[in-house]
Amino acid sequence: MIGLAAFIGVNLAWLGWVERKGAGHFQRRIGPKEVGPYGLLQPLADGLKLMSKQLIIPANADRALYMAAPIVAMVPAVLSFVLIPFGENLVPREFNFGLLMVFAFASMGGLSILIGGWGSGNKYSLIAGTRAVSQNVAYEIPMLITAMTIVMITGSMDLNEIVRQQGGFFWKWNIFRLDKSILMPISFLVFFVCSLAETNRTPFDMGECEGELIAGYHTEYGGMGFGLFMMAEYANIVIGCSLTTILFLGGWQCPFGLFPGPHWFLIKTYFLFWCFVWIRWTFPRTTFWGLLNLSWKYLIPFSLVNLLLTALFIKVF
Amino acid sequence: MSSLAQSHLYETFELNIGPQHPATHGVLRIKVVMDGEYIVKAEPVLGYIHRMHEKMGENRTWNQFWPNMSRLDYLSAMAYNRCYAGLMERAMGIEVPPRAEYIRVIIEELNRIQSHLLGFGAYVMDLGGFTPLMYAMDEREQILNLLEAVTGSRLTYCYHRFGGVYNDIDDDFIAGTRAFIKRFRPQIPMYHKLVTGNVILMERLVGIGPITAEICRKYGASGPVLRGSGVNFDIRKNEPYSVYPELDFDIPVYHECDSMARYLVRMDEMFQSTRIIEQALNKLPDGPVMAEKVPKTLKPPKGDYHFAVEAARGLFSMRTVSDGTNTSYRMRLRSPTYSNVSLFEEASQGMLLSDALAFLGSLDPVIPEMDR
Repeated sequence: MIGLAAFIGVNLAWLGWVERKGAGHFQRRIGPKEVGPYGLLQPLADGLKLMSKQLIIPANADRALYMAAPIVAMVPAVLSFVLIPFGENLVPREFNFGLLMVFAFASMGGLSILIGGWGSGNKYSLIAGTRAVSQNVAYEIPMLITAMTIVMITGSMDLNEIVRQQGGFFWKWNIFRLDKSILMPISFLVFFVCSLAETNRTPFDMGECEGELIAGYHTEYGGMGFGLFMMAEYANIVIGCSLTTILFLGGWQCPFGLFPGPHWFLIKTYFLFWCFVWIRWTFPRTTFWGLLNLSWKYLIPFSLVNLLLTALFIKVF
Repeated sequence: MSSLAQSHLYETFELNIGPQHPATHGVLRIKVVMDGEYIVKAEPVLGYIHRMHEKMGENRTWNQFWPNMSRLDYLSAMAYNRCYAGLMERAMGIEVPPRAEYIRVIIEELNRIQSHLLGFGAYVMDLGGFTPLMYAMDEREQILNLLEAVTGSRLTYCYHRFGGVYNDIDDDFIAGTRAFIKRFRPQIPMYHKLVTGNVILMERLVGIGPITAEICRKYGASGPVLRGSGVNFDIRKNEPYSVYPELDFDIPVYHECDSMARYLVRMDEMFQSTRIIEQALNKLPDGPVMAEKVPKTLKPPKGDYHFAVEAARGLFSMRTVSDGTNTSYRMRLRSPTYSNVSLFEEASQGMLLSDALAFLGSLDPVIPEMDR
């Protein structure tokens, strides 16, 4: 448990550094460099700064909701880590319905944005909150349906069991198990796009939208309130990437018996995280409308077709 | 939409965008009445950085008014200086030496490129893409360095004088400018590859914020806003000043009337500016850069004078009434952004909030120039 706590802490702090450094290099800059070698101590400095800041509660904010929102954001995000199988025997808490639990925790992220946006007493936050909720609802459906296909293939909601049924080599990963459904690679993309939207990342960061809504739901947050939202975002990204790795990329399975499983798991997860960073600093933001259109008109019909097709494949073969 | 708002069936709410807001590029404030995500009415409220430039022009001597000119549009200050120089030269009947005219054109076009570069970067940043801004800044830095070497300042230039410019350009500047053009030209197709063709950007810009030529005419819009609406109007061609008639360049015009058209006009104008600079450098004559016998104290004869230039954001013109003393009797500045933003209220009705802000960005407002 202590190891897990340390893992989460280190991740949440230093993935921010990775993102900033990556952004810097994408933009012909250096990125953080002042604090420590390569700016590696920057997260500590940031954390210190955020913690030493005064907590200001806006006059017309709903105090209880305002204070609760960052915690509601942080807690489920961290709790999800408990269910992630980092290695075959490295699961903090094995659970039969792990997949369901992770999704349940993930949908609480939307709740935190809503109460943060509502409780701030700021119109921008409110707009962002409502946007984020309809976005989360819209993207959870295709995400869940896509995950359902995996559940149908493996016959289990246990995350560890799902990984166990895959192999170390990429043609044994779910993403390339074309004998189960020929649409697998595309459903991987659907899942990935949905996890982008689910974690409120560019190009789907409707909850933030800094060009339009200033900073969206955390406009009124300063100090550690903002810090918690920030960390929850990274936690959610790591969860999203881990889940994608588990469901599609073979989780901790290692080819040739090289390195223990957790290494492979982390490599794949961090590669996906890097893709998140890559996408964020490459694409502009979609409109709210475009985002809902994409979900309701393309992703949901596609994932439904995929579900049917998978069911057919399982029945026939 | 207004009948919808009054029917009490829908509850509307008011949203204050600005004066401090990332999308307003300064201190523009927009009072928006919103019906959910739709805009019922958006009224730009101006004047947060009003500094009475016109009145200052009436209190100061002609020479003392120089610094004000570069504090209108801080991004393409050179064109505004140029306008003042042209105005007074017309009033005093000063003949400007040809070398000075060419230098003015080169410097102004460099300034136009850097203004459009920042406009491009900041616009894409409004739409959520942060990276292009840094690419644009990189190129812009080259121009600012060149301009700094000649004019002594990076943004608020005071380079023009009545009758010429105060400092001749040297070989370093010419070589540097040629090198910059060589470096910059391949960048424009790269921007198109990286940014323009992007699916998301197309979705944000194509068909968003249509402004017909009628609306442009009604509000007096000019510059890329007008040319993006299919009207071929550019003071450099329509009412040529300086040595522009001797140079070969095109005026990019797009007929789509949407935000993408305005964006593309700016991108194409950057290329045309490099063409102008290249030709001007080739034709650069020798000679003095200041007219002789410009009096120390200017007292233009009584009369009403007018001069217009094409600034980066559109038609900038100055009109002054002189009563024969060393100050102006009335100074009038017609700034392009003021007219361009005025049409926002009419054109943004019924738009979605995010589209409206994409539309506002495509007008490329610079607030100090609008408020004057």
